[in-house]
Amino acid sequence: MRKVFPPVAVIEHFDLAVPSGEFLAILGPSGCGKSTLLRIIARLLAPDGGSVSIDPDADRFQTSFVFQDAHLLPWRAVLDNVALPLELMGVAQEERHGRARVALREVDLTEAEDRYPAQLSGGMRMRVSLARALVAAPRLLLLDEPFAALDEITRFRLDLRLRELWIERGMTVVFVTHSISEAVFLANRAVVLARRGGRIKLDHTLELPERNEDLRLDPRYGAEMKTLLAAMEEE
Amino acid sequence: MIARLKSAIPALIPFVVLTVSVELAVRQGWLKSYLVPPPSAVFHALIESRAELFGAFATTSASALLGFLLSTIGGIAIAVFLSSSRAIQRAFYPYAVFFQTVPIIAIAPLLVIWFGYGMRTVVASAFVVSIFPVIANTLTGILSTEPALRDLFRLYGASTWTTLFKLRFPAALPQILTGLRVASGLAVIGAIVGEFIGGQGLGSVVDVARTQQRVDKVFAAVLLASVLGLALFGLINLVSYLTLRRWHASEQ
Repeated sequence: MRKVFPPVAVIEHFDLAVPSGEFLAILGPSGCGKSTLLRIIARLLAPDGGSVSIDPDADRFQTSFVFQDAHLLPWRAVLDNVALPLELMGVAQEERHGRARVALREVDLTEAEDRYPAQLSGGMRMRVSLARALVAAPRLLLLDEPFAALDEITRFRLDLRLRELWIERGMTVVFVTHSISEAVFLANRAVVLARRGGRIKLDHTLELPERNEDLRLDPRYGAEMKTLLAAMEEE
Repeated sequence: MIARLKSAIPALIPFVVLTVSVELAVRQGWLKSYLVPPPSAVFHALIESRAELFGAFATTSASALLGFLLSTIGGIAIAVFLSSSRAIQRAFYPYAVFFQTVPIIAIAPLLVIWFGYGMRTVVASAFVVSIFPVIANTLTGILSTEPALRDLFRLYGASTWTTLFKLRFPAALPQILTGLRVASGLAVIGAIVGEFIGGQGLGSVVDVARTQQRVDKVFAAVLLASVLGLALFGLINLVSYLTLRRWHASEQ
């Protein structure tokens, strides 16, 4: 696959297969085309050559997207923000509110359903954004550096929660980040992209035990960090 | 509510100081009363000609309000049309700007020829001068919707109209209201100009009082015209407060 924003070919010769149910992290320096790649997978952008196929391709609304910032609608209360995807898909109000409440429970925000985005902290807004992505029961969840703007502790909690949700729901997750530690902690497979052209420098399966607070002290975690770091630094 | 009333006090101080100073200046003979009437005379004219003035006030209010409503609806509709494609914008927006630069005083006689003497000319005049800020602000607002939110709506299959009503309009509301604030003042000016040339109302009262050398009555009519402008402005502010207070920084 290929994508050109004249005069630069952002992505050239990119070829990757992601099995269903995988947690894939895409790592790369800023400006390497990670976000473009994600938008192409979500079909928000058409590639200039090649194609993206999702199998089976029957359901139109199988993909959800979490952006770098929460991007909530500031004029809507939390519940209606979370219910937005269902509203756009034409689900009746009663059902979509019910499903939005379930999604809010999954990110531990039940008490905030009547509040407005301006009244929430950055971490809470990101959780609302995550709930909004989950409410449509996606089979493919795409995340574009979602927790990058949050403090370390909030980010770690959200990483843990995301990992649990992935296990509970059995969905496929593609997570774009420039943080090696986050990629190692979350994913089962990590792909490192080159600075230019979206070339895959390393395609690596992460063999790690259960992800929890202690993982970072495990020598195997350090070894995986080292492998990915070496790939990032190599030119 | 009490806090809101209290916040109006600072704005009243210059008014009181100016009124008292002008009154004193005229009484001391520093200002000629046939050029600037003493505020007491303006007040007297207001009471004396109250039936005529308030009738004129009601007429001008109706015309200005109608012109303002038309430019609100028309301006938003035109902005939506212009926002539909870049080509349409390139083709038509320059004319909207050109329209804005034509002085109303120059085309007002044309309006009389087209619409005749009376309210229709006055409403048309109010409409013509107040539509541009609505178009410009609405267009800017609609076009500056966050790309990520547009992506989100596309991802879940929202139609152009759904995106317009559920995303672009609400997101543009602060800018639309800014346009309406400017337009409300202009609509009053347009109505007065229209009445100068071809209508009844505060504009014609000013015109007639001027020829009769009744400066006090001119001032009384002008005062009522600005009360009308302030009332419209206040109405927009109220709408703005009610719709934006929960989410927009300008009303928090």
